Amino acid sequence: MAGNQGGVTRRQEYEKRLRRRSLFVAASSTLAVLLAIVVLVPRAPGWERVQQSFFNAEVIAKTFPKLLNAFLLDVAIFAWSAPLIAVLGLAIALARDVRNPVLYPLRLFGIVYTDIFRGVPVVLVVYLIGFGIPGLGLPRPWNSPYIWGTLALVLTYAAYVAEIFRSGIESVHASQRNAALSLGLSGADAMRFVVLPQAIRRVIPAQMNMLIALQKDVALLSFIGPVEIFRQAGVFKSLLANFTPYVVAAAIFLVVTVPATRLADHLIAKQNRART
Amino acid sequence: MSLRLSVASLGLIAGLAASPAIAAGDCAAGKTLEDGKLTIATGNPAYFPWVIDDAPEKGEGYEAAVAYAIAAEMGFAADDVVWVRAGFDESIQPGAKSFDFNLQQFSITPDREKVVDFSLPYYTSAMAVVTTQAVIDGGAAATLEGLKTLKWGADANTTAVPMLMDLVAPDSDPLLYNDNTDVTAAIQAGQIDAALFDLPTALYLAAVVVENGAILGQFPADRTDNPDQFGLLMEDGAAIKTCVDEAITALTASGKLAEIEATWLSETTGVPVIE
Repeated sequence: MAGNQGGVTRRQEYEKRLRRRSLFVAASSTLAVLLAIVVLVPRAPGWERVQQSFFNAEVIAKTFPKLLNAFLLDVAIFAWSAPLIAVLGLAIALARDVRNPVLYPLRLFGIVYTDIFRGVPVVLVVYLIGFGIPGLGLPRPWNSPYIWGTLALVLTYAAYVAEIFRSGIESVHASQRNAALSLGLSGADAMRFVVLPQAIRRVIPAQMNMLIALQKDVALLSFIGPVEIFRQAGVFKSLLANFTPYVVAAAIFLVVTVPATRLADHLIAKQNRART
Repeated sequence: MSLRLSVASLGLIAGLAASPAIAAGDCAAGKTLEDGKLTIATGNPAYFPWVIDDAPEKGEGYEAAVAYAIAAEMGFAADDVVWVRAGFDESIQPGAKSFDFNLQQFSITPDREKVVDFSLPYYTSAMAVVTTQAVIDGGAAATLEGLKTLKWGADANTTAVPMLMDLVAPDSDPLLYNDNTDVTAAIQAGQIDAALFDLPTALYLAAVVVENGAILGQFPADRTDNPDQFGLLMEDGAAIKTCVDEAITALTASGKLAEIEATWLSETTGVPVIE
């Protein structure tokens, strides 16, 4: 367009018309669906009770401040877990990539580690580490559920993150490593200065998805005691016999996860454009 | 206040009725989920000492026995009682219920009454503090001041949470768990010092489940604010409610409820009272 400011070609005009038309169709079909939901759902005989149970304004007003406060704990756990996961995940990925035969046990460890922690339900790991290790007789504060719950999350997520890093490392063509070695770089330097910068950049969108998943799984720590937003919502649910607090909690979560998801989508799209 | 009044008036009615069983049997006719059957729900699993061995159909355990006594009072034979399992969430969901009434230590609260119906209370519970001998040896005392400094835990799905905040108001935020099993695991792991339960549950946990478990003390059942009263949970506006209430009133008046309590709930008088 920029190069053709004087006039618009017939083709461009046609495309513009087409675009406008599809925009109109999309808008009206969306509107029709929304209208159908807004008009039809409240006419269902049980709607009033459902509304009372899930979208109760009184309950929202009563529970929102405390839920928002509890959400800060989710944010905190997320904030200290994410860097640990990145570091451990990268370390495991590198362990799986060692080529020196002497270090084969390290490689084996990487394989066994990812196999086990990707295969076991997170909840089990949280219980096992969160209750099990403190149960061995650690004194306070070293038996804190925050410490061991975080470790459980980090161990599990590091396994997934490591696999993503590994796929990134393997996506860098072997010729680059060979070229770096032939220039006189050591193996470690080749990895550090040639392979990793490209590998990490390539897997950033995939890692963003892990971050979004982690944001939600932080709530699993509540199984071993910490009162984060979903636990707080559960307490309200039980006291008020109403599911609205969960809806409020989900809404608070969405405020954070939706922008994060959009950012991940944007990064993936950008990467795809760069590739083509 | 209004609850008290209705208890009194219902007591009067039950006292006047010559044969409450037959009268109640008529009362429930056509009002149950399935004609001629009484569908009763309990938790999955149902815990000791409320239901023994998670087998309510045997009628053993306080709540199982109460359920059969109420059924008999309403004119249902033991064979006509059908047991189903329904947790708290299923019980408060909007829409039709899978049971005529549900009993699993549901505390009656005004907020819950807005969504479901409760019968008259069939049990009023003291709340008790479960801890370990090690914590007591460490100097924990059954005084309010001493309790405040402990690290507390509770089952998140119970009214123990607000009671803990009201009665004790601990210095540090309590940790909350999904069920009894997780609370006891946390006590065992030393992550919490103490947890608040209804007294019968507390006695069982301290004696059987928690290693070196102990009861630090109890908040008596007849405390003025916030008594923890268990009621049968029914669908909002359930037609059967009046029949159930009549039956409970009759059982209370005849001393049958107290008798069942003496049979199934352990002696609770030996537990020191927290002032």
